[in-house]
Amino acid sequence: MGEAIVITSGKGGVGKTTTSANVGTALALQGKKVCMVDTDIGLRNLDVIMGLENRIIFDLVDVAEGRCRVAQALIKDKRFDELYLLPAAQTKDKDAVSPERVKEIILELKNDFEFVIIDCPAGIEQGFKNAVAGADKAIVVTTPENAAVRDADRIIGLLENSNIRSPKLIINRIRPHMIKNGEMLDVEEICSVLAIDLLGLVPDDEHVIKAANSGEPTVMNPNSRAAIAYRNIARRMLGDTVPLMPLEEKRSFMKNIRKLFRIG
Amino acid sequence: MDGRLRSLTAAKHRVTIKGVKDGLVFVLDDTCPFADVVDELRHKMETTHQQILTGPVIRVHVKLGAREVSEEQKEEIRRIIGRRGNLLVQSIQSSEPPGAGARMGGSNIKVMSGIVRSGQTITHDGDLLYLGDVNPGGAIICSGDIYVMGALRGMAHAGMTGNEHAIIAASHLRPTQLRIASVISRPPDEWNVDDEDTYMEFAYIRDGKMEIDKIHRLHRVKSGNNAGNRPEFA
Repeated sequence: MGEAIVITSGKGGVGKTTTSANVGTALALQGKKVCMVDTDIGLRNLDVIMGLENRIIFDLVDVAEGRCRVAQALIKDKRFDELYLLPAAQTKDKDAVSPERVKEIILELKNDFEFVIIDCPAGIEQGFKNAVAGADKAIVVTTPENAAVRDADRIIGLLENSNIRSPKLIINRIRPHMIKNGEMLDVEEICSVLAIDLLGLVPDDEHVIKAANSGEPTVMNPNSRAAIAYRNIARRMLGDTVPLMPLEEKRSFMKNIRKLFRIG
Repeated sequence: MDGRLRSLTAAKHRVTIKGVKDGLVFVLDDTCPFADVVDELRHKMETTHQQILTGPVIRVHVKLGAREVSEEQKEEIRRIIGRRGNLLVQSIQSSEPPGAGARMGGSNIKVMSGIVRSGQTITHDGDLLYLGDVNPGGAIICSGDIYVMGALRGMAHAGMTGNEHAIIAASHLRPTQLRIASVISRPPDEWNVDDEDTYMEFAYIRDGKMEIDKIHRLHRVKSGNNAGNRPEFA
């Protein structure tokens, strides 16, 4: 029996889908059997980011309404051994499925997969309720902005009410130089407000946008700092102790050393 | 006299009858069950004090101490005393307005813990001691005082029912908004708060405006309250 993890944030545009794609892929890279479920019915994106859009035949609503079996709707990502996607429908809306039905589908998937990663839509309405219905654990994604932190706080409250204890936090799109100048909320401040365990920090990285557009998850690019952050997150989810990555880029560290030598 | 009544008289008097200039005051003990008071009252009216309580019409004031009674219970007291035709019950009073007595004794403080997150509201009738943070978008609403052992970053409304003597204290007072009774205030333009300090602070109303002060000055404000006066500072 695997575990179902919902990736949620409240606010839109903070990187839920990107995080789902990358965490799912990173877990698959670690040799785990992973299924990603897109619950953003009507505004599906996960298939686009994964580059699997053109292979969709059945979707979550088809499964929920009994038009096909779960296994028929799953799309296998051929780049990995065991990575599958259950896409959302694009033509319906969030009311097309019920939380009870989603729960049954997730339960079925948990029998076959070690990890079921559920990509949650923005908001706190029906779509959120559907997404959390079958989840055992939750990862809350936020960015270092007041509005995102406020919404993350609201979501954590709702998760606690729906019996998902101790959600984990990912802070996405960190810009170290802005934090350094005091123009962006710093990590400690966010953690002290939200008061949940930190799972990882993901720096803002242009590679992420490029990768999303080309349908290749960032994790596959070893030169990207965000990719390393996502790999670290996956390792932490598997129980490894991985220290947090220093936020400053390595290049500036090397520069400092060079500077030191010049002085010497 | 049966055993039960003897034990009643041997114990502390639950009903004390005093003479004042315009009649009699019945002081009913507020620490025992109401039924015991009624028993003793009935006993005194019908047996032991039968002799003294006859004669011309006498006005009676009943004092209940801190006990709060229902209308039916008041009616019962009236009926028992009224059975002697010459006793006229003028008033039945508790010593404090409902709720206030218990609050000043500090016995009505409720202790809660956790985190009040965005979108969550805690309401309480009385004083509240909250162990944990109140985040932006979260709210605590109380009819009495609010004490937060943690960071108050959200909204707090003390004295919701109109008690202007209520206060709001927090280990880290950085609220989005504070309300006491009907006074609303928000940082930072209205208060002189030094952003660097980490003293525990509290908010109260002075002359209709909200003021912030360090916690060690709280006793002055609160002692002023207990005397029923406005807080005053030297």
